[in-house]
Amino acid sequence: MDIFVQQLVNGLTLGAVYAIVALGYTMVYGIIQLINFAHGEVVMIGAMVAFTVINALAAAGLPPLVVVLIGVGCAIPVCMLVGYSMERLAYRPLRYAPRLAPLITAIGVSIILQHLAMLVWTRNVIAFPQIIRVETYTLAGAVVTNVQVAIVALCVAIMAGLAFLVYRTRLGTAMRATAQNRQVAGLMGVDVNRVIAATFVIGAALAAVAGVMVGTYYGVAQYTMGSVLGLKAFAAAVLGGIGNVPGAMLGGVLLGVVEALGAGYIGDLTDLCRYGVLAGALGERCAGGGHFVLFGSNYQDVFAFVVLILVLVLRPSGLLGERVGDRA
Amino acid sequence: MNQSKLALTLLAAVVGLIGCGKEEPKKPPVVQEAPPPPPAIEIKIGHVGPLTGGIAHLGKDNENGARLAIEEANAAKIKIDGKDAKLVLVAEDDQADPKVGTTVAQKLVDAKVAGVVGHLNSGTSIPASSIYNAAGIPVISGSATNPKLTEQGFKQQFRVVARDDQQGPAIASYLAANNKPKLVAVIDDATAYGEGLANEVEKALKAASIKVLAREKGTDKTTDWKAILTKLKGRKPDAIFYGGMDATGGPLVKQGRELGIKAVFSFGDGACTDEMTKLAGAAAEGMLCSQAGIPPQAADAKFRDAYKKKFNVDPILYAPFTYDAANLLIEGMKKANSADPAKYLPELAKIDYTGATGRIAFDEKGDRKDAEITIFTMKGGKIEPLAVIKGGKTIPYAEFGKAAAPAAAAEPVKDAPKADAPKDAAKK
Repeated sequence: MDIFVQQLVNGLTLGAVYAIVALGYTMVYGIIQLINFAHGEVVMIGAMVAFTVINALAAAGLPPLVVVLIGVGCAIPVCMLVGYSMERLAYRPLRYAPRLAPLITAIGVSIILQHLAMLVWTRNVIAFPQIIRVETYTLAGAVVTNVQVAIVALCVAIMAGLAFLVYRTRLGTAMRATAQNRQVAGLMGVDVNRVIAATFVIGAALAAVAGVMVGTYYGVAQYTMGSVLGLKAFAAAVLGGIGNVPGAMLGGVLLGVVEALGAGYIGDLTDLCRYGVLAGALGERCAGGGHFVLFGSNYQDVFAFVVLILVLVLRPSGLLGERVGDRA
Repeated sequence: MNQSKLALTLLAAVVGLIGCGKEEPKKPPVVQEAPPPPPAIEIKIGHVGPLTGGIAHLGKDNENGARLAIEEANAAKIKIDGKDAKLVLVAEDDQADPKVGTTVAQKLVDAKVAGVVGHLNSGTSIPASSIYNAAGIPVISGSATNPKLTEQGFKQQFRVVARDDQQGPAIASYLAANNKPKLVAVIDDATAYGEGLANEVEKALKAASIKVLAREKGTDKTTDWKAILTKLKGRKPDAIFYGGMDATGGPLVKQGRELGIKAVFSFGDGACTDEMTKLAGAAAEGMLCSQAGIPPQAADAKFRDAYKKKFNVDPILYAPFTYDAANLLIEGMKKANSADPAKYLPELAKIDYTGATGRIAFDEKGDRKDAEITIFTMKGGKIEPLAVIKGGKTIPYAEFGKAAAPAAAAEPVKDAPKADAPKDAAKK
């Protein structure tokens, strides 16, 4: 049981990070129906910038929290700039092009950003300096670290803040109006280009925070870290219903939990030696506590995409999705 | 680049001239004052390693080892076939790049070298080996550990360092003998290197009647091991072995300790680096890991003194091995009384020689028999040698390195990850 709780804790932490990244996907999709495949790379750049700053300051003797905050403080503007230039240079010129064009461009931007990062930070793994003392607490048999608590708490705060922004501010109203109908919003005096740029910038800022969180949690950052993370967050966004802000949050958390539980249990469930008849048929392989595992933990990364496919087949609009029609 | 290579070759030639100039046959008027000496022959021995780029210091270290052997042989005025032999080291730079590696291999073949010491990396050694093989030139590597190098059936390819697949049994036998685990979990990163190593460990553990859990797998980019580790925590293994690199192994051990797993973490050479402390902090303390070969501090004291005297630095990593490799070539020539590769190759294959790294004999593949593997542990943020495994026997490090000071031993090994970096390209 405590193992199950532990897997849930692992999944929740992971899911919280997915949720923050998924928000970036879903906001951009909601407003211009573009799947910004370069979003994962923005997360990576956030982590890399923060790590560089934190590594440089690690020896300065400042309190760890201050160092990390300075790191985040540097990562956010850099990512915002990346997000803004991405929109301005790569996507805005294609605003009225056929839908496939910006999609391909997004993939291109992703590759460019990844290779730029490789040039700047080399192929090597950057280690997070060991400045944060990891405290562990035991909760219902599961071990929870202070980093995990911080990640989940921060994610909740960010989600609340974003919900406030989208539903309670003028910019949020403009964003929702633009999402509903760009032309009419423009006619009502909304500066559509500014709103779209703002959406990219906010998404990029969230990505920077997510990058620092994921980097701090695992202790490493590398120029390739963004692609799989981005794809999973995209799956989370689709799971919750792409274009839907609460959906991205729900999808992220769900996906994280599914992945942790899946990786934790699939090996046992598909160990054919556990099943009497099959174990007999396999004979030698199972004798003496042997194993014949059909799907092992190496399928961990596959769960996100299995979930994605299942959702697309059974409920194309996602869990909280609406207004499908011309979208998905 | 060609210019720098030319410069290096010239430099090598100049150093060779200075080092043993008294007998340089091309400048006979200066020295030949004595009554007509027996005609001299010049024997070229090639050395290849990266002399530029990120691991240039290791390439230079390898080259120095070979150079020392050749200069000692020249000082000893060896005679081959009744003639004064004048050995010349032709040092080439392969930049740790497989493409450059084949180019310089061809260059050495064209220069008619009698034998080659190198290359440093498996990734450059393997593609270059077919060129040497076609030319029939004996090659002895002092540092390439990828099994494939000697699995191609090339009769003139040798190595004096242990193979990657000898590490698995070594670390497993150390674990079995010293930690006496009842249950071990084996994880790998699904690369050819990691999975191969993990398979060897699992086989050796099972042979020692130790129970092994179903294999868990990540990838070479996995940083989230929590799900797998949580599952393992429920099984309470006494030891965990991970076949993979430090970039993924660091997070593994860090997260394992965070989850409160008490098992001994053990790794192969890919994660046998000081980098582990950077990645995992205090969690890496006490981990076990293995590296092919022996630390240079455990090499013969005579070699270490001569090296230090000649180059004014300590050997970094594989210099004792390239020193032995060059000596083996010379020894083979002396035995066959010929520098003709076709003639001395059979002698080399059946040689039994005691060098700076101990006794050397080759098996039928050209691998060193009973090659040593060193087991390290992480202590105070540095990896420190614990024991040397040789021919299935565990020898405590303190007894193995006769005059070795363990305090100094930890220092040079931190360069190992850099040496591994290009090698891994071939492993994966």
